[in-house]
Amino acid sequence: MTPRELAQAIPDGALLALPPDYSLPAMAVVRALIVQKKRNLRLLGVPVLGLCADLLIGAGCVAEVESSAVSLGEAGLAPRFSEAAEKGEIVVRDATCPAVHTALQAAEKGVPFMPLRGVLGSDLIENRPDWQVSQNPFSEGEDPILFVPAIAPDIALFHARWADEAGNVWVGRRRELATIAHAAKQTLVTFEESKPGNMLEDELLAPGVISAAYISAAAPAKRGAWPLGMPEVYDIDDAHLALYAGAARTRKGFQRYLDEFICIPEKSSSPASSRA
Amino acid sequence: MGAASPIPASGALLLQQKNPSLRVSLLHRRKGNPFTEGSRELFDLAGQGRIDVFFLGGAQIDGEANLNLVRADGRRFPGSFGSAFMYSVVKKTILFREEHSPRVLVPKVEFISARGDPAALVTGKALFSWQKDKRRWALESLHDPGDIRAETGFSFDSVDTVPTTPSPSAQDLALLRGPVAKAIAADYPDFAKRVWGIN
Repeated sequence: MTPRELAQAIPDGALLALPPDYSLPAMAVVRALIVQKKRNLRLLGVPVLGLCADLLIGAGCVAEVESSAVSLGEAGLAPRFSEAAEKGEIVVRDATCPAVHTALQAAEKGVPFMPLRGVLGSDLIENRPDWQVSQNPFSEGEDPILFVPAIAPDIALFHARWADEAGNVWVGRRRELATIAHAAKQTLVTFEESKPGNMLEDELLAPGVISAAYISAAAPAKRGAWPLGMPEVYDIDDAHLALYAGAARTRKGFQRYLDEFICIPEKSSSPASSRA
Repeated sequence: MGAASPIPASGALLLQQKNPSLRVSLLHRRKGNPFTEGSRELFDLAGQGRIDVFFLGGAQIDGEANLNLVRADGRRFPGSFGSAFMYSVVKKTILFREEHSPRVLVPKVEFISARGDPAALVTGKALFSWQKDKRRWALESLHDPGDIRAETGFSFDSVDTVPTTPSPSAQDLALLRGPVAKAIAADYPDFAKRVWGIN
Protein backbone atom coordinates (compact mmCIF):
# COMPACT_ATOMS: atom_id res chain seq x y z
CA MET A 1 0.00 0.00 0.00
CA THR A 2 0.99 3.63 -0.49
CA PRO A 3 -0.19 6.83 1.20
CA ARG A 4 -1.93 7.69 -2.07
CA GLU A 5 -3.95 4.44 -1.90
CA LEU A 6 -4.89 5.13 1.73
CA ALA A 7 -6.19 8.53 0.64
CA GLN A 8 -8.19 6.91 -2.15
CA ALA A 9 -9.93 4.82 0.51
CA ILE A 10 -11.28 7.97 2.19
CA PRO A 11 -14.58 8.94 0.55
CA ASP A 12 -15.93 12.47 0.08
CA GLY A 13 -18.02 13.50 3.08
CA ALA A 14 -16.24 11.14 5.49
CA LEU A 15 -16.08 11.94 9.22
CA LEU A 16 -12.31 11.92 9.58
CA ALA A 17 -10.67 11.84 13.02
CA LEU A 18 -7.23 13.45 13.00
CA PRO A 19 -4.66 13.86 15.77
CA PRO A 20 -3.11 17.22 16.76
CA ASP A 21 0.22 18.37 15.37
CA TYR A 22 2.08 16.95 18.39
CA SER A 23 0.59 13.48 18.01
CA LEU A 24 1.75 11.96 14.72
CA PRO A 25 -0.52 13.28 11.94
CA ALA A 26 -0.29 11.34 8.65
CA MET A 27 0.90 14.28 6.56
CA ALA A 28 1.68 12.22 3.44
CA VAL A 29 -1.95 11.07 3.29
CA VAL A 30 -3.24 14.60 3.99
CA ARG A 31 -1.25 15.88 1.02
CA ALA A 32 -2.63 13.04 -1.13
CA LEU A 33 -6.20 13.96 -0.08
CA ILE A 34 -5.56 17.47 -1.41
CA VAL A 35 -4.07 16.20 -4.68
CA GLN A 36 -7.08 13.88 -5.10
CA LYS A 37 -9.42 16.87 -4.57
CA LYS A 38 -11.49 15.30 -1.80
CA ARG A 39 -14.64 17.24 -0.94
CA ASN A 40 -16.97 17.82 2.03
CA LEU A 41 -14.77 16.10 4.58
CA ARG A 42 -15.92 16.48 8.18
CA LEU A 43 -12.87 16.80 10.42
CA LEU A 44 -12.80 15.79 14.08
CA GLY A 45 -9.89 17.13 16.14
CA VAL A 46 -8.64 14.68 18.75
CA PRO A 47 -8.90 16.99 20.60
CA VAL A 48 -7.36 19.90 18.63
CA LEU A 49 -6.29 20.43 15.03
CA GLY A 50 -3.37 22.15 13.39
CA LEU A 51 -1.56 22.03 10.07
CA CYS A 52 -3.59 19.13 8.57
CA ALA A 53 -6.81 20.99 9.08
CA ASP A 54 -5.52 24.33 7.80
CA LEU A 55 -4.18 22.68 4.64
CA LEU A 56 -7.36 20.70 3.95
CA ILE A 57 -9.59 23.71 4.64
CA GLY A 58 -7.49 25.99 2.45
CA ALA A 59 -7.60 23.43 -0.36
CA GLY A 60 -11.41 23.34 -0.26
CA CYS A 61 -11.67 19.76 1.00
CA VAL A 62 -13.63 20.46 4.18
CA ALA A 63 -17.32 21.14 4.90
CA GLU A 64 -17.28 20.89 8.68
CA VAL A 65 -14.84 20.95 11.60
CA GLU A 66 -15.50 19.71 15.11
CA SER A 67 -12.59 20.63 17.36
CA SER A 68 -11.62 22.21 20.67
CA ALA A 69 -9.28 24.50 18.77
CA VAL A 70 -7.52 24.92 15.43
CA SER A 71 -4.13 26.59 15.69
CA LEU A 72 -0.54 26.30 14.48
CA GLY A 73 0.89 26.43 18.01
CA GLU A 74 4.05 28.54 18.16
CA ALA A 75 3.58 29.38 14.47
CA GLY A 76 0.39 31.25 15.43
CA LEU A 77 -3.22 31.20 14.29
CA ALA A 78 -4.37 28.80 11.54
CA PRO A 79 -5.01 31.35 8.79
CA ARG A 80 -7.08 29.31 6.32
CA PHE A 81 -9.28 28.03 9.16
CA SER A 82 -9.79 31.53 10.56
CA GLU A 83 -10.78 32.99 7.18
CA ALA A 84 -13.10 30.09 6.29
CA ALA A 85 -14.80 30.31 9.70
CA GLU A 86 -15.19 34.08 9.52
CA LYS A 87 -16.71 33.89 6.04
CA GLY A 88 -19.02 30.99 6.91
CA GLU A 89 -17.37 28.76 4.29
CA ILE A 90 -17.15 25.88 6.77
CA VAL A 91 -19.39 24.83 9.65
CA VAL A 92 -17.49 24.93 12.95
CA ARG A 93 -18.78 22.82 15.84
CA ASP A 94 -16.84 24.16 18.80
CA ALA A 95 -15.98 21.70 21.55
CA THR A 96 -13.67 21.55 24.55
CA CYS A 97 -10.90 18.95 24.77
CA PRO A 98 -12.27 16.51 27.35
CA ALA A 99 -15.70 16.52 25.65
CA VAL A 100 -14.09 15.13 22.50
CA HIS A 101 -12.14 12.50 24.44
CA THR A 102 -15.29 11.54 26.36
CA ALA A 103 -17.41 11.22 23.22
CA LEU A 104 -14.78 9.00 21.58
CA GLN A 105 -14.44 6.92 24.75
CA ALA A 106 -18.21 6.38 24.72
CA ALA A 107 -17.91 4.97 21.19
CA GLU A 108 -14.91 2.94 22.36
CA LYS A 109 -17.10 1.46 25.12
CA GLY A 110 -20.03 0.87 22.80
CA VAL A 111 -22.35 3.09 24.86
CA PRO A 112 -24.53 5.86 23.41
CA PHE A 113 -23.28 8.69 25.65
CA MET A 114 -21.02 9.54 28.58
CA PRO A 115 -21.14 12.27 31.23
CA LEU A 116 -18.50 14.91 31.89
CA ARG A 117 -18.11 17.32 34.82
CA GLY A 118 -17.52 21.03 34.39
CA VAL A 119 -18.39 22.95 31.19
CA LEU A 120 -21.68 24.23 32.66
CA GLY A 121 -21.89 28.00 32.23
CA SER A 122 -20.04 27.89 28.89
CA ASP A 123 -21.74 29.16 25.72
CA LEU A 124 -20.37 26.05 24.00
CA ILE A 125 -23.40 24.18 25.33
CA GLU A 126 -25.91 26.54 23.68
CA ASN A 127 -24.21 25.99 20.35
CA ARG A 128 -24.29 22.19 20.63
CA PRO A 129 -27.90 20.95 20.42
CA ASP A 130 -26.43 17.43 20.40
CA TRP A 131 -25.09 17.90 23.96
CA GLN A 132 -27.54 17.43 26.85
CA VAL A 133 -27.49 18.80 30.38
CA SER A 134 -29.51 16.61 32.74
CA GLN A 135 -29.81 15.64 36.36
CA ASN A 136 -27.18 13.18 37.57
CA PRO A 137 -29.43 10.11 38.00
CA PHE A 138 -27.42 8.92 41.00
CA SER A 139 -27.58 12.13 42.99
CA GLU A 140 -30.30 12.86 45.56
CA GLY A 141 -29.90 16.65 45.44
CA GLU A 142 -29.94 18.91 42.39
CA ASP A 143 -26.87 17.96 40.38
CA PRO A 144 -26.89 18.88 36.70
CA ILE A 145 -24.22 17.24 34.55
CA LEU A 146 -23.25 17.37 30.89
CA PHE A 147 -23.88 14.30 28.68
CA VAL A 148 -22.09 14.02 25.33
CA PRO A 149 -23.14 11.56 22.61
CA ALA A 150 -20.73 8.92 21.35
CA ILE A 151 -18.73 9.82 18.24
CA ALA A 152 -17.76 6.95 15.91
CA PRO A 153 -15.63 8.47 13.14
CA ASP A 154 -15.81 6.92 9.66
CA ILE A 155 -12.02 7.00 9.44
CA ALA A 156 -9.21 7.43 11.96
CA LEU A 157 -6.00 8.54 10.24
CA PHE A 158 -2.54 8.85 11.81
CA HIS A 159 1.15 8.05 11.49
CA ALA A 160 2.90 5.38 13.55
CA ARG A 161 6.54 4.65 14.35
CA TRP A 162 6.43 0.94 13.48
CA ALA A 163 4.21 -1.60 11.80
CA ASP A 164 5.03 -5.29 12.12
CA GLU A 165 4.47 -8.39 10.03
CA ALA A 166 1.34 -9.22 12.05
CA GLY A 167 -0.26 -5.87 11.11
CA ASN A 168 0.13 -4.26 14.55
CA VAL A 169 1.30 -0.65 14.78
CA TRP A 170 3.24 1.12 17.56
CA VAL A 171 2.37 4.66 18.67
CA GLY A 172 3.94 4.71 22.14
CA ARG A 173 2.26 6.96 24.66
CA ARG A 174 -0.10 8.55 22.11
CA ARG A 175 -3.09 6.67 23.52
CA GLU A 176 -5.62 9.09 21.97
CA LEU A 177 -4.68 7.35 18.71
CA ALA A 178 -5.71 4.04 20.27
CA THR A 179 -9.01 5.64 21.29
CA ILE A 180 -9.82 6.73 17.75
CA ALA A 181 -8.69 3.36 16.36
CA HIS A 182 -11.15 1.71 18.75
CA ALA A 183 -13.97 4.19 18.09
CA ALA A 184 -13.69 4.52 14.31
CA LYS A 185 -15.23 2.28 11.69
CA GLN A 186 -11.93 2.13 9.81
CA THR A 187 -8.36 3.02 10.77
CA LEU A 188 -5.76 3.98 8.17
CA VAL A 189 -2.14 4.29 9.26
CA THR A 190 1.16 5.28 7.69
CA PHE A 191 4.31 4.05 9.41
CA GLU A 192 7.92 5.14 9.59
CA GLU A 193 9.58 1.70 9.67
CA SER A 194 8.75 -2.00 9.48
CA LYS A 195 9.47 -4.38 12.31
CA PRO A 196 9.79 -8.12 11.81
CA GLY A 197 7.66 -10.49 13.88
CA ASN A 198 4.89 -9.51 16.30
CA MET A 199 5.35 -6.57 18.70
CA LEU A 200 2.66 -7.98 21.02
CA GLU A 201 5.15 -10.70 22.01
CA ASP A 202 7.49 -8.08 23.47
CA GLU A 203 6.28 -6.98 26.93
CA LEU A 204 8.12 -3.64 26.67
CA LEU A 205 6.68 -2.76 23.27
CA ALA A 206 3.16 -4.12 23.76
CA PRO A 207 1.79 -1.22 25.88
CA GLY A 208 2.46 1.18 23.00
CA VAL A 209 0.89 -1.07 20.36
CA ILE A 210 -2.49 -0.74 18.64
CA SER A 211 -3.33 -4.28 17.63
CA ALA A 212 -3.91 -5.37 14.04
CA ALA A 213 -7.54 -6.09 14.92
CA TYR A 214 -8.20 -2.34 14.71
CA ILE A 215 -6.05 -1.47 11.68
CA SER A 216 -7.80 -1.52 8.29
CA ALA A 217 -4.75 -0.69 6.18
CA ALA A 218 -1.18 0.52 6.67
CA ALA A 219 1.35 2.07 4.27
CA PRO A 220 5.03 2.85 4.72
CA ALA A 221 5.92 6.58 4.68
CA LYS A 222 9.43 7.71 5.61
CA ARG A 223 9.26 11.08 7.39
CA GLY A 224 5.52 10.58 7.16
CA ALA A 225 4.72 13.19 9.81
CA TRP A 226 6.91 15.93 8.24
CA PRO A 227 6.82 18.91 8.82
CA LEU A 228 5.57 17.78 12.23
CA GLY A 229 7.86 15.59 14.28
CA MET A 230 8.21 12.04 15.45
CA PRO A 231 9.75 11.78 18.93
CA GLU A 232 13.31 10.42 18.88
CA VAL A 233 13.36 10.20 15.08
CA TYR A 234 12.99 13.75 13.74
CA ASP A 235 12.08 17.09 15.28
CA ILE A 236 9.22 19.41 14.37
CA ASP A 237 10.37 21.50 11.39
CA ASP A 238 9.60 24.85 13.10
CA ALA A 239 11.11 26.80 10.20
CA HIS A 240 8.78 25.14 7.72
CA LEU A 241 5.74 25.75 9.94
CA ALA A 242 6.65 29.42 10.14
CA LEU A 243 7.04 29.49 6.36
CA TYR A 244 3.61 27.93 5.96
CA ALA A 245 2.00 30.28 8.48
CA GLY A 246 3.37 33.27 6.56
CA ALA A 247 2.42 31.97 3.12
CA ALA A 248 -1.07 30.90 4.14
CA ARG A 249 -2.08 34.33 5.40
CA THR A 250 -3.44 35.04 1.92
CA ARG A 251 -5.20 32.76 -0.58
CA LYS A 252 -2.54 33.58 -3.19
CA GLY A 253 0.28 32.72 -0.79
CA PHE A 254 -1.50 29.53 0.19
CA GLN A 255 -1.88 28.52 -3.47
CA ARG A 256 1.84 29.11 -4.03
CA TYR A 257 2.56 26.89 -1.01
CA LEU A 258 0.32 24.16 -2.47
CA ASP A 259 2.10 24.41 -5.83
CA GLU A 260 5.52 24.15 -4.23
CA PHE A 261 4.97 21.55 -1.50
CA ILE A 262 1.78 19.62 -2.18
CA CYS A 263 0.81 19.38 -5.81
CA ILE A 264 4.18 18.34 -7.17
CA PRO A 265 4.02 15.28 -9.47
CA GLU A 266 5.10 12.02 -7.87
CA LYS A 267 8.74 11.42 -8.65
CA SER A 268 8.60 7.65 -8.46
CA SER A 269 6.38 4.85 -7.21
CA SER A 270 8.37 4.53 -3.98
CA PRO A 271 6.50 6.26 -1.17
CA ALA A 272 9.69 6.88 0.75
CA SER A 273 11.31 9.02 -1.91
CA SER A 274 8.76 11.81 -2.32
CA ARG A 275 8.30 14.60 0.21
CA ALA A 276 4.70 15.16 -0.88
CA MET B 1 0.58 23.83 32.10
CA GLY B 2 -1.72 23.62 29.11
CA ALA B 3 -1.34 24.71 25.51
CA ALA B 4 0.62 27.81 24.52
CA SER B 5 1.61 28.70 28.08
CA PRO B 6 5.31 29.61 28.14
CA ILE B 7 4.82 32.54 30.53
CA PRO B 8 3.18 30.64 33.41
CA ALA B 9 5.45 27.69 32.64
CA SER B 10 8.43 30.00 33.22
CA GLY B 11 6.92 31.19 36.49
CA ALA B 12 6.26 27.66 37.68
CA LEU B 13 9.74 26.47 36.72
CA LEU B 14 11.24 29.44 38.59
CA LEU B 15 9.32 28.39 41.70
CA GLN B 16 10.46 24.82 41.17
CA GLN B 17 14.11 25.97 41.07
CA LYS B 18 13.64 27.29 44.59
CA ASN B 19 11.32 24.49 45.75
CA PRO B 20 12.38 21.26 44.03
CA SER B 21 9.50 19.21 45.50
CA LEU B 22 7.00 21.13 43.34
CA ARG B 23 5.63 18.99 40.48
CA VAL B 24 5.28 20.94 37.24
CA SER B 25 3.72 19.13 34.28
CA LEU B 26 3.95 20.72 30.86
CA LEU B 27 1.31 19.26 28.55
CA HIS B 28 3.31 19.85 25.40
CA ARG B 29 6.80 18.89 26.53
CA ARG B 30 8.58 17.60 23.48
CA LYS B 31 10.93 15.36 25.49
CA GLY B 32 10.18 13.63 28.78
CA ASN B 33 6.46 14.33 28.53
CA PRO B 34 5.00 13.45 31.95
CA PHE B 35 1.82 11.89 30.55
CA THR B 36 1.53 8.26 29.48
CA GLU B 37 -2.13 8.08 28.50
CA GLY B 38 -2.10 10.69 25.74
CA SER B 39 -3.78 14.05 25.72
CA ARG B 40 -6.85 13.00 27.69
CA GLU B 41 -4.77 12.43 30.83
CA LEU B 42 -4.47 16.09 31.83
CA PHE B 43 -8.26 16.37 31.93
CA ASP B 44 -8.73 13.07 33.73
CA LEU B 45 -6.22 14.24 36.37
CA ALA B 46 -8.16 17.47 36.81
CA GLY B 47 -11.44 15.57 37.07
CA GLN B 48 -9.88 13.41 39.82
CA GLY B 49 -8.98 16.57 41.75
CA ARG B 50 -5.24 15.98 41.42
CA ILE B 51 -4.35 19.32 39.84
CA ASP B 52 -3.75 22.09 42.38
CA VAL B 53 -3.09 25.03 40.06
CA PHE B 54 -3.81 25.65 36.39
CA PHE B 55 -3.32 28.69 34.18
CA LEU B 56 -5.68 30.00 31.51
CA GLY B 57 -5.66 32.89 29.10
CA GLY B 58 -8.08 34.09 26.49
CA ALA B 59 -8.49 36.38 23.52
CA GLN B 60 -10.91 38.28 25.78
CA ILE B 61 -11.32 38.34 29.56
CA ASP B 62 -14.22 40.28 31.06
CA GLY B 63 -15.25 41.94 34.30
CA GLU B 64 -16.99 38.74 35.45
CA ALA B 65 -13.84 36.68 34.80
CA ASN B 66 -15.37 34.96 31.78
CA LEU B 67 -12.98 33.80 29.05
CA ASN B 68 -13.55 34.05 25.30
CA LEU B 69 -11.37 32.00 22.95
CA VAL B 70 -13.89 31.61 20.13
CA ARG B 71 -14.99 34.83 18.40
CA ALA B 72 -15.38 38.60 18.68
CA ASP B 73 -16.08 41.46 16.28
CA GLY B 74 -16.35 39.11 13.33
CA ARG B 75 -12.92 37.59 14.07
CA ARG B 76 -12.43 33.91 14.73
CA PHE B 77 -9.98 32.80 17.47
CA PRO B 78 -8.44 29.32 17.74
CA GLY B 79 -11.05 27.82 20.07
CA SER B 80 -11.67 27.04 23.71
CA PHE B 81 -9.10 24.23 24.11
CA GLY B 82 -9.81 22.61 27.50
CA SER B 83 -10.81 25.84 29.22
CA ALA B 84 -14.54 25.11 29.48
CA PHE B 85 -13.66 22.10 31.61
CA MET B 86 -10.49 23.14 33.45
CA TYR B 87 -11.82 26.50 34.63
CA SER B 88 -14.71 24.90 36.50
CA VAL B 89 -12.97 21.75 37.71
CA VAL B 90 -9.50 22.84 38.93
CA LYS B 91 -9.44 24.28 42.47
CA LYS B 92 -7.16 27.21 41.70
CA THR B 93 -7.00 28.84 38.28
CA ILE B 94 -4.81 31.84 37.56
CA LEU B 95 -5.66 33.87 34.47
CA PHE B 96 -2.85 35.45 32.50
CA ARG B 97 -2.49 37.68 29.45
CA GLU B 98 0.60 39.60 28.41
CA GLU B 99 -1.41 42.22 26.46
CA HIS B 100 -3.26 44.61 28.78
CA SER B 101 -5.64 46.63 26.58
CA PRO B 102 -9.35 47.43 26.14
CA ARG B 103 -9.30 44.96 23.24
CA VAL B 104 -8.46 42.09 25.59
CA LEU B 105 -9.95 43.22 28.91
CA VAL B 106 -13.58 43.88 27.98
CA PRO B 107 -16.68 44.70 30.00
CA LYS B 108 -18.49 41.61 28.69
CA VAL B 109 -17.20 38.88 26.38
CA GLU B 110 -19.09 38.19 23.17
CA PHE B 111 -18.83 34.42 23.72
CA ILE B 112 -18.24 32.61 27.00
CA SER B 113 -15.78 29.78 26.38
CA ALA B 114 -15.40 29.22 30.10
CA ARG B 115 -16.92 30.55 33.31
CA GLY B 116 -15.36 30.14 36.73
CA ASP B 117 -13.94 31.77 39.85
CA PRO B 118 -10.23 32.42 39.38
CA ALA B 119 -7.61 33.14 42.02
CA ALA B 120 -6.02 36.05 40.16
CA LEU B 121 -5.40 37.74 36.82
CA VAL B 122 -1.85 38.68 35.82
CA THR B 123 -1.28 40.94 32.83
CA GLY B 124 1.78 42.64 31.39
CA LYS B 125 0.80 45.71 33.41
CA ALA B 126 -1.01 44.61 36.55
CA LEU B 127 -2.10 42.02 39.09
CA PHE B 128 -5.80 41.66 39.95
CA SER B 129 -7.43 39.49 42.60
CA TRP B 130 -10.93 38.10 42.23
CA GLN B 131 -13.70 38.96 44.68
CA LYS B 132 -15.86 35.86 44.51
CA ASP B 133 -18.87 37.20 46.46
CA LYS B 134 -19.00 40.47 44.51
CA ARG B 135 -17.99 38.81 41.20
CA ARG B 136 -15.67 41.72 40.54
CA TRP B 137 -11.93 42.28 40.01
CA ALA B 138 -9.80 44.19 42.55
CA LEU B 139 -6.51 45.79 41.44
CA GLU B 140 -3.71 44.55 43.71
CA SER B 141 -0.62 46.11 42.13
CA LEU B 142 0.75 47.77 39.03
CA HIS B 143 4.06 46.71 37.50
CA ASP B 144 4.80 50.37 36.72
CA PRO B 145 3.19 53.32 38.53
CA GLY B 146 0.39 54.97 36.57
CA ASP B 147 -3.30 54.67 35.83
CA ILE B 148 -4.60 51.75 33.82
CA ARG B 149 -8.32 52.58 33.84
CA ALA B 150 -8.10 53.87 30.27
CA GLU B 151 -6.49 50.62 29.15
CA THR B 152 -8.87 48.34 31.05
CA GLY B 153 -12.28 47.78 29.50
CA PHE B 154 -13.87 46.33 32.63
CA SER B 155 -14.50 48.24 35.84
CA PHE B 156 -12.74 47.07 39.00
CA ASP B 157 -12.23 48.00 42.65
CA SER B 158 -9.04 49.76 43.63
CA VAL B 159 -7.46 51.55 46.62
CA ASP B 160 -6.35 55.19 46.13
CA THR B 161 -2.62 54.47 46.05
CA VAL B 162 -1.99 51.23 44.23
CA PRO B 163 1.20 49.43 45.27
CA THR B 164 3.89 48.71 42.69
CA THR B 165 4.49 45.04 41.96
CA PRO B 166 7.85 44.06 43.48
CA SER B 167 10.56 43.56 40.84
CA PRO B 168 12.20 40.15 40.59
CA SER B 169 15.27 39.74 42.79
CA ALA B 170 18.75 39.39 41.28
CA GLN B 171 18.61 35.68 42.17
CA ASP B 172 15.24 35.24 40.45
CA LEU B 173 16.49 37.01 37.34
CA ALA B 174 19.57 34.79 37.22
CA LEU B 175 17.41 31.67 37.54
CA LEU B 176 14.93 32.90 34.89
CA ARG B 177 17.66 33.79 32.42
CA GLY B 178 19.63 30.60 33.19
CA PRO B 179 18.08 27.19 33.91
CA VAL B 180 14.44 28.28 33.36
CA ALA B 181 15.17 29.82 29.94
CA LYS B 182 17.03 26.67 28.92
CA ALA B 183 14.13 24.42 29.98
CA ILE B 184 11.52 26.59 28.26
CA ALA B 185 13.57 26.78 25.04
CA ALA B 186 13.18 23.01 24.60
CA ASP B 187 9.40 23.31 24.22
CA TYR B 188 8.90 26.92 23.16
CA PRO B 189 11.86 27.72 20.90
CA ASP B 190 10.29 30.83 19.34
CA PHE B 191 9.33 32.27 22.73
CA ALA B 192 12.79 31.61 24.18
CA LYS B 193 14.44 33.27 21.20
CA ARG B 194 12.18 36.34 21.44
CA VAL B 195 12.44 36.79 25.21
CA TRP B 196 15.96 35.62 26.05
CA GLY B 197 17.68 35.54 22.66
CA ILE B 198 18.28 31.79 22.99
CA ASN B 199 18.79 29.92 19.72
